[in-house]
Amino acid sequence: MDNRAPLPLSRRTLLIVGVVTATAMVLPPFISAKACAANAARPIKSSVSLSVNGEKRDLDLDTRTTLLDALREHLHLTGTKKGCDHGQCGACTVIVDGRRINACLTLAVMHDGAKVTTIEGLGTPEKLHPMQAAFIKHDGYQCGYCTPGQICSAVAVLEEIRAGIPSHVSASLTDSPQLIASELQERMSGNICRCGAYSNIIEAITEVAEADL
Amino acid sequence: MKFDTLATTNPIDQMKVVGKPTTRIEGPLKTTGTAPYAYEHHDVAPNQAYGVVVGSAIAKGRIASMNLQEAQSAPGVIAIVTAANAGKLGKGKYNTAKLLGGPDIQHYHQAVALVVADTFEQARAAAQLLDIQYVSSEGAFDLLSVRGSGAPTEEAPDTTHGDFAAAFGAAPVQFDATYTTPDQAHSMMEPFASIAAWQGKQLTLWTSNQMIDWSVTDLATTLGIPKKNVRLISPYIGGGFGGKLFLRCDALLAALGARLAGRPVKVALARPMMFNNSTHRPATIQRIRIGTTPAGKITAMGHESWSGDLPGGKLELAAQPSKLLYAGDNRLVSMRLCTLDLPEGNAMRAPGEASGLMALEIAMDEMAEKLKLDPVEFRIINDTQVDPVDPKRPFSQRHLIECLRTGATRFGWDKRHAQPGTQREGRWLIGMGVGVAFRNNLQMKSGARVRLDASGTVTVETDMTDIGTGSYTIIAQTAAEMMGVGLNDVVVRLGDSSFPVSSGSGGQFGGNCSTAGVYAACVKLREAVAQRLGISVEDAVFVGGEVHAGGNTFALHDAATAGEIVAEDAIEFAELSKQYQQSTFGAHFVEVAVDSATGETRVRRMLAVCAAGRILNPTSARSQVIGAMTMGVGAALMEDLVVDKHLGFFVNHDLAGYEVPVHADIPHQEVIFLDETDPASSPMKAKGVGELGLCGVSAAIANAIYNATGARVREYPITLDKVLHALPPMI
Repeated sequence: MDNRAPLPLSRRTLLIVGVVTATAMVLPPFISAKACAANAARPIKSSVSLSVNGEKRDLDLDTRTTLLDALREHLHLTGTKKGCDHGQCGACTVIVDGRRINACLTLAVMHDGAKVTTIEGLGTPEKLHPMQAAFIKHDGYQCGYCTPGQICSAVAVLEEIRAGIPSHVSASLTDSPQLIASELQERMSGNICRCGAYSNIIEAITEVAEADL
Repeated sequence: MKFDTLATTNPIDQMKVVGKPTTRIEGPLKTTGTAPYAYEHHDVAPNQAYGVVVGSAIAKGRIASMNLQEAQSAPGVIAIVTAANAGKLGKGKYNTAKLLGGPDIQHYHQAVALVVADTFEQARAAAQLLDIQYVSSEGAFDLLSVRGSGAPTEEAPDTTHGDFAAAFGAAPVQFDATYTTPDQAHSMMEPFASIAAWQGKQLTLWTSNQMIDWSVTDLATTLGIPKKNVRLISPYIGGGFGGKLFLRCDALLAALGARLAGRPVKVALARPMMFNNSTHRPATIQRIRIGTTPAGKITAMGHESWSGDLPGGKLELAAQPSKLLYAGDNRLVSMRLCTLDLPEGNAMRAPGEASGLMALEIAMDEMAEKLKLDPVEFRIINDTQVDPVDPKRPFSQRHLIECLRTGATRFGWDKRHAQPGTQREGRWLIGMGVGVAFRNNLQMKSGARVRLDASGTVTVETDMTDIGTGSYTIIAQTAAEMMGVGLNDVVVRLGDSSFPVSSGSGGQFGGNCSTAGVYAACVKLREAVAQRLGISVEDAVFVGGEVHAGGNTFALHDAATAGEIVAEDAIEFAELSKQYQQSTFGAHFVEVAVDSATGETRVRRMLAVCAAGRILNPTSARSQVIGAMTMGVGAALMEDLVVDKHLGFFVNHDLAGYEVPVHADIPHQEVIFLDETDPASSPMKAKGVGELGLCGVSAAIANAIYNATGARVREYPITLDKVLHALPPMI
């Protein structure tokens, strides 16, 4: 079938979808039953080609597959974690075409041709990335489940500051943001660590940032 | 090994490896994403299918009908597990509600089905197609409205000493206030997850669980199969905080799903189901009454608490710390359990103490102010070195006064303005607060097996778990110290029910007890090595990979050239806890800034001073404490499972609605450990810190907010709407 055909949504179907969504509120956590049923009746597969950690990977995926599940369940790159599966925890942070994203909030088929860097692509136990080494040195983790996401985020955060991208706590939108704790804390706040290693994580990131100056 | 007399000098006292700041030995795996968690074992069983859990849409009642037809015919669906086809199921000792509901429903989001399909996407879609009709019945969902029905429990009968009522009535200075703490969620980062595979009658379950043996037992009981037919493997656990102490529905349903589907099944609970499907820390109402002399000596201490749980459930032991924390001849400690039809309440990090001290340590601040005493001094005046109810029974170690004094000096407590609302920096109102940390030391039997091979490698095997606490590393340190080898010569294998049963991880007992079990096994291994080498173990010195005895030196691995040596033992604790009250102590100091316009609280500085026996690894122990302090910030300022009192469930059941602290909420944190060894605790002379770090933090923050603003908030969490009324008028 032609996936480019415009979706046949009329104002009336939008209203119905609205009603269905409202009734589905009593059936959390998933999306509306009828929308799902439609998908279940006609699962669509699509091929997608990703460059993952420098390696070309060709996949034939159910179009509902998130980038996160493509990595974890299809490529068996389980370093990227599923904490919430809906963009609230940051455990699935990966770097796609140079920018960090939540891999659970995007479908794999949306990234054909993209360059994806996961925690496995940053370093290995034998050859650690400086950020991985700094997390170990400063004990910037405990259970380790949010850790790959924290590290991918931290690597990208330093690039964002270098690129002059301001944050909510930057004093100015036009001046270069500073490499200070409050900038790091603000930018890292999408990565939850329930073990509470935040204080150590900021020390680890600061050490890597200072070494790079 | 029986531990029945105070520990004397032993090889751990060398402190060549134990006690040294040591980075986690599993760090290179965790930081590179190569440590496998429960849902990630792709290689252990081929052809894994995906299970998605369906939760009840009502809080109490029954399923009237369940039509599975549409779901069953959906693409990829292999099987659907429900109570109707699961066979006869028992209930585990540690579960209050059934893990698979139906037809009766005990709480909202109680699992009612597992849909198994070839892919996750197919299972998730088909799970929406179940047509389930419910009949709701009336339930009790509001603790305040059922408080009067609270009943005493066998678990925690009232503690009375002297004549509380008379002493309180006669006290020259009296204080009486009621506090509330809300339901809280563990919110560990890794959801409940399991992979189940059957080989004939043998079930293997890769899961995420703190207490391997409890859960093997409860899974066997629930399935009605012999315990020996169940193996649990849980090498890495993405946080637990008490939430993973017990068998949960992911494990049971994966096992049932795999049996029905005839192939391995993996199940992870969706995050929005975590909060109502599993356990939580129950809300409390606490009344505290304190009577003192004019000089501030406590003569009457009363602490009463009310909490709720499902029928057959458990009390939140919130008043428990008031049995022991402060002096006072006349005491009343009483707790009442009410029936609620909310999801199951159970242990969350520092159960009892965490919520108890959230109230008690505000009360102590309020009383100090009433007495015009410094809050640090008021606590020092009322220190006790003995069990206040049984003065013949001393604390094994109690350095609370040192914690308070050291912390006050280090934090600059003398710069605190005693008068609230009088320190200002621009738009910010500044305040300092103190809270005492207190948590008892629990002793649990713990076993381990140690192996020495011909390469000189020492391998430790125990079903102990590492939930982020640092078990891998302290166990390696213990074995290295005992056998006189380096950390690199030790391999630690955890979380497998085929290994000796350990204490498990909970109640901050895991660190001390599991290493004491490894100590016991190493004592046996040393004896076996000495025997092989033909020397007396009493003379043998194990150091630097060698054994020295009677002027001779042997390489340790020489003992294993004739074959691997295996030794196994367990530490078993006798009655020392009856002779000595064993507890851990600390003092939390916090500085906050409260926005004078919006009431927003920012925590600016945090310091904890802890006295908790020997600190086996200062690096991971410090992390346990700062992590607990972070959780304490959450409890003080934001964490609140909001109850829908009509429909009977926690409304904010995800990580956007149930807020936990993020990076921007947490300042640099400091921790000081006092130099202490406790010979009553174990041969390790250690106690725990993982829960101590949480106790008293939230009250210290509450007290700091009072000091900053004059707003005395007794209902947690302290959100800005509760502070606004005390803020200065805007010009």
